[in-house]
Amino acid sequence: MGRAWHGVAMATGVLVLTFVAWEVLVRVLAVKPIVLPPPSAVFAEFFSAPLWYLGHAWYTLLVTLGGFALAVVLGVGLAILIVESRLLEKSVYALIIGLNSVPKVAVAPLFVIWLGTGVEPKIAIAFLIAVFAIVIDAVLGLKSVPPDILDLARSLRGGRLATLWRVRFPCALPSLFAGMKVAISLALVGAIVGEFVSSQRGLGYVILSAQGTFDTVRVFAAILVLAAMGVALFWLIAWLERVAIPWHSSQKDHQPVS
Amino acid sequence: MTSRSAAGIEVRAVGKRFGNPGVIALEEINVSIRPGEFVSVLGPSGCGKSTLLRCIAGLEVPSAGSIRVNGAEVSGPPAGLGMVFQRDALLDWRNVSDNLMLPIDFRRGDRGAARARAASLLAMTGLTGFESAYPAQLSGGMRQRVAICRALVDDPVLLLMDEPFGALDALTRDQMNVELQRMWLAEHKTVLFVTHSISEAIFLGDRVIVFTPRPGRIAEVLDIDLPRPRRLAVRGSEAFNAYATRIRTLFEGMGLLKEDA
Repeated sequence: MGRAWHGVAMATGVLVLTFVAWEVLVRVLAVKPIVLPPPSAVFAEFFSAPLWYLGHAWYTLLVTLGGFALAVVLGVGLAILIVESRLLEKSVYALIIGLNSVPKVAVAPLFVIWLGTGVEPKIAIAFLIAVFAIVIDAVLGLKSVPPDILDLARSLRGGRLATLWRVRFPCALPSLFAGMKVAISLALVGAIVGEFVSSQRGLGYVILSAQGTFDTVRVFAAILVLAAMGVALFWLIAWLERVAIPWHSSQKDHQPVS
Repeated sequence: MTSRSAAGIEVRAVGKRFGNPGVIALEEINVSIRPGEFVSVLGPSGCGKSTLLRCIAGLEVPSAGSIRVNGAEVSGPPAGLGMVFQRDALLDWRNVSDNLMLPIDFRRGDRGAARARAASLLAMTGLTGFESAYPAQLSGGMRQRVAICRALVDDPVLLLMDEPFGALDALTRDQMNVELQRMWLAEHKTVLFVTHSISEAIFLGDRVIVFTPRPGRIAEVLDIDLPRPRRLAVRGSEAFNAYATRIRTLFEGMGLLKEDA
């Protein structure tokens, strides 16, 4: 616990120092606010209409979480099918690996054509960008079961479903959480991309419309809110990971009892 | 502790080939094991002794011959089977008592009914008090003790052990031999114990089956006539050394032990 707070204090310190240096440099070098506004102006902008910013942030958050949740559910489901069926592994998995190298951002406009301009295409883009990390890490995790443990499950006459639930799935959790940490950030990227393409709401819309009027201060205010949101989402997954897999070596709270 | 009756095993003309034409792992294996017998299977690495164990466990299908456990042809893991592997195969996410409950969970059994037996097995191996510890918190010897308790908790009729102490240090290994003997004397399960340690095979076994190197055949079956309970000191006795010398002579005859270059 002490170490955790120590880490938070260090991070906060670095953050404050960064803002101070930014403020000083902008003033000393007399940088035009339209190029780089000082952080004091950015904070003042945020606090002039905090609810307005938070309202847009809320929309982006919902899109992100929607896309992320969809990516976890469908991604894990697909990973299970891939691991359980040799045919699917040879066909679908190879296809997924290939598709992963296609720049997903490029298909964003297609989703607007297919799904309209509501919340659906944004969630779809967030999902599409996040899902590959989930599938690939979940497949890796489901396949990481040591052969001895699979033999043990067979010797106990465990069926496929029981083995999946009692052995493969728990074994996959560390890898799945690694994938989820990547995917939550990617889902946020997807949400912003979706809002860039077509939206009247969300932080992506705020950034795009402020850019249209060269309102750099507003762009920065939205980016800071976005950054805070990204960090908070990452922490949320890291916290879930600590709760879900306290036994794993990545969670170093355990001390040997002997 | 009431135990189910132990299983007898009949292995008839069993052969196992991996790939086609491939590697012949086992050839013409014939052996019968009486219910309640402790049989050591001894041989050099890669001689197919683990393959025989896996065939009896129903994890591999023999290419030839037949295996019967309690009179029933093996066509998959038989009911009432307990297995112990070289690496303990504990589930990292389950604490000690939940690891013991795995066989119960797999057959959707009643955990409550198994608790008393789990507790007495843990007591027998000195693990009382470690019920809520996770495997990562235990030493190698303790982990393997948990694995043995897990293999015994559902009162198996047959215990198959595949080099269970091969990864342990010498002192822990001796201790585990003593404990395993004590557990076997308490319940007289049928045990098939694969090892490449000559002294471990003699110390534990009613009989020692000596394998040849690949392709694995049975070179000789020795009856070990040493009174039980055996103490570790028996390993210095004349009778014990006679068995060990006999086995070493067999291995020398196979070209496995050479003292002069």
